[in-house]
Amino acid sequence: MTRHATKFEADVNTQALNIPAQSTKDAQPEAASGDMIVKLSDVRRSFGDTPAIDMVSLSVKRGEILGIIGRSGAGKSTLIRCLNGLERPDSGSIQVEGLEITSLDERRLQPVRRRIGMIFQHFNLLSAKTVEDNIALPLKIEGQSRAQRKKRVAELLELVGLSDKAKHYPAQLSGGQKQRVGIARALAAKPSLLLSDEATSALDPETTRSILALLKDINRQLGLTILLITHEMEVIRRVADRVIVLDRGRIVEEGPVWQVFANPAAETTKSLLQVLTPELPPTLRERLNPASGDDAVVKVQLSGEAARRPFLAELIGARLLHGGIDTVQGEPVGTLFLGIPAHDKAALEKAVQYLKSNADHVEVLGYVSGDA
Amino acid sequence: MSQAMLDLLWRSFWETITMTGFSGLISLVAGLPLALILILTDRGGLAENLWINRSLGAVINGFRSVPFIILLVALIPVTRFIVGTSLGTWASIVPLSIAATPYYARIAEVSLREVDRGLIEAARAMGATRWTIIREVLVPEAMPSLVAGFTVTLVTLVGASAMAGAIGAGGLGDLAIRYGYQRFETEIMVAVVAILIVLVSGVQWIGDRLVERLDHRIVKR
Ligand SMILES: Nc1ncnc2c1ncn2[C@@H]1O[C@H](COP(=O)(O)OP(=O)(O)OP(=O)(O)O)[C@@H](O)[C@H]1O
Ligand SMILES: [Mg+2]
Repeated sequence: MTRHATKFEADVNTQALNIPAQSTKDAQPEAASGDMIVKLSDVRRSFGDTPAIDMVSLSVKRGEILGIIGRSGAGKSTLIRCLNGLERPDSGSIQVEGLEITSLDERRLQPVRRRIGMIFQHFNLLSAKTVEDNIALPLKIEGQSRAQRKKRVAELLELVGLSDKAKHYPAQLSGGQKQRVGIARALAAKPSLLLSDEATSALDPETTRSILALLKDINRQLGLTILLITHEMEVIRRVADRVIVLDRGRIVEEGPVWQVFANPAAETTKSLLQVLTPELPPTLRERLNPASGDDAVVKVQLSGEAARRPFLAELIGARLLHGGIDTVQGEPVGTLFLGIPAHDKAALEKAVQYLKSNADHVEVLGYVSGDA
Repeated sequence: MSQAMLDLLWRSFWETITMTGFSGLISLVAGLPLALILILTDRGGLAENLWINRSLGAVINGFRSVPFIILLVALIPVTRFIVGTSLGTWASIVPLSIAATPYYARIAEVSLREVDRGLIEAARAMGATRWTIIREVLVPEAMPSLVAGFTVTLVTLVGASAMAGAIGAGGLGDLAIRYGYQRFETEIMVAVVAILIVLVSGVQWIGDRLVERLDHRIVKR
């Protein structure tokens, strides 16, 4: 991850690209929407009787990476497609850069769409065009001259590290390379917002990491607002600043990523998080006795300040059985399984109380005897 | 074979090329736009208009269901109006084109329909106009398939042009029937069939090579 990040930091030339950066905040006269680049209120879209998205209200801040997560069929694609008018809501209001787009016809949506880049799960590159012609298409649509396009395409190829593939056709590229072309194409017309619909779902973990690092870099260096939908918590963990959890078309949870990771409130969030949170190893779980034993097995979830404190030192005889601390958005978030001596009930109770006053969640799972 | 016979073969060969070439060209120029209209006006298309779609579809089906030999006769007044005569090679181009246009329109429609909807959506998301989507996405992406379909149309036209002999259009097919079939000159018959085989194989070969060059969906070598 760090390796990729450094690589692309070197590649990103913000000035040459001249994409509206964070400074647009001051440079551009803002409508009533203020710092919000996208604002949805009570948006609903039904297919037949069942709503795909149901009374969704949300705002996207300029310069942030907002992750939207949910299971298959939760309505993520429908929601993101509403933002550039590919999908029409039945009711509700959608504002993009202060402009209400729900009332615009197809022709008047076109200039709005040119301000919004989009990347897709299956890349959607034109097979009949070379890499450079694919990237140049949004510029052609904008009416740029051949010379302008050529210059801009060269910058973008450099940005995504594919300068040597300009004359290749998409079929000659790997999945990761195709998505880089997709990203370059989405950025070509200097959009103010980038929509990503499962952009890494068709890629292997290593390639996913490098694509996410590239997106994060673009966000940091160019200040580009990114709205990213996924069904993988790992993607959210790596790049998003804020997360919205969607379930059956409704927003069930919303907040800064590290807080949602540390304290998931909705059931959907918890189950989506399950893949990332450590669980008690089966060998240990099988030996668990609900009533008594040498050691109590305690599950501790903690985050933020609490996770930075040397709290283990306060627990006499406690051992770390399993788990660890992860860093989300620079904040420590972790799940630990501790073994605490259980012979002295009072001492155990005290230890648990101590943990409870520091951690987000503490649970005595049971007891084990012998060597745990 | 006598020099006169060779001359006759040569002339008939060019008559077939003329008939096939011109009616092929016309069916391409007229059929592709019809196919585009069918695609664009269909349900969920970029310019949905079911009334136009269904009407055009019905007209195309109408022409396609009339056997060519009947069309040939039925269109005599039209041909006379356009060309000035209803007889000869040039006159036959009218019924041939009118038969081949709906044929190619349907073939091209299938090619265009097979273009990945995701690509059209990507172009819409870029803010492309309808015309840009047609020019930059629909037609280029369908091109290998459109060319393959055009090759089929040309080969079919080579066969159909033989029937045009019925209105004195000449051509290889006509020659084979008059000399080979009616006068039992087997030599002519064999020569005509050989030329037709070479012609059809040649058209197919060129078409296949062209498709190969245009198709970038598979990695070559
Ligand atoms: N064009 C459509 N016609 C009918 N139903 C649709 C259409 N598009 C979406 N739906 C329905 O709306 C619901 C939400 O679909 P959507 O594609 O937004 O889900 P998603 O969260 O993107 O799922 P996935 O993770 O599988 O992509 C689903 O139940 C789906 O069947
Ligand atoms: Mg989806």
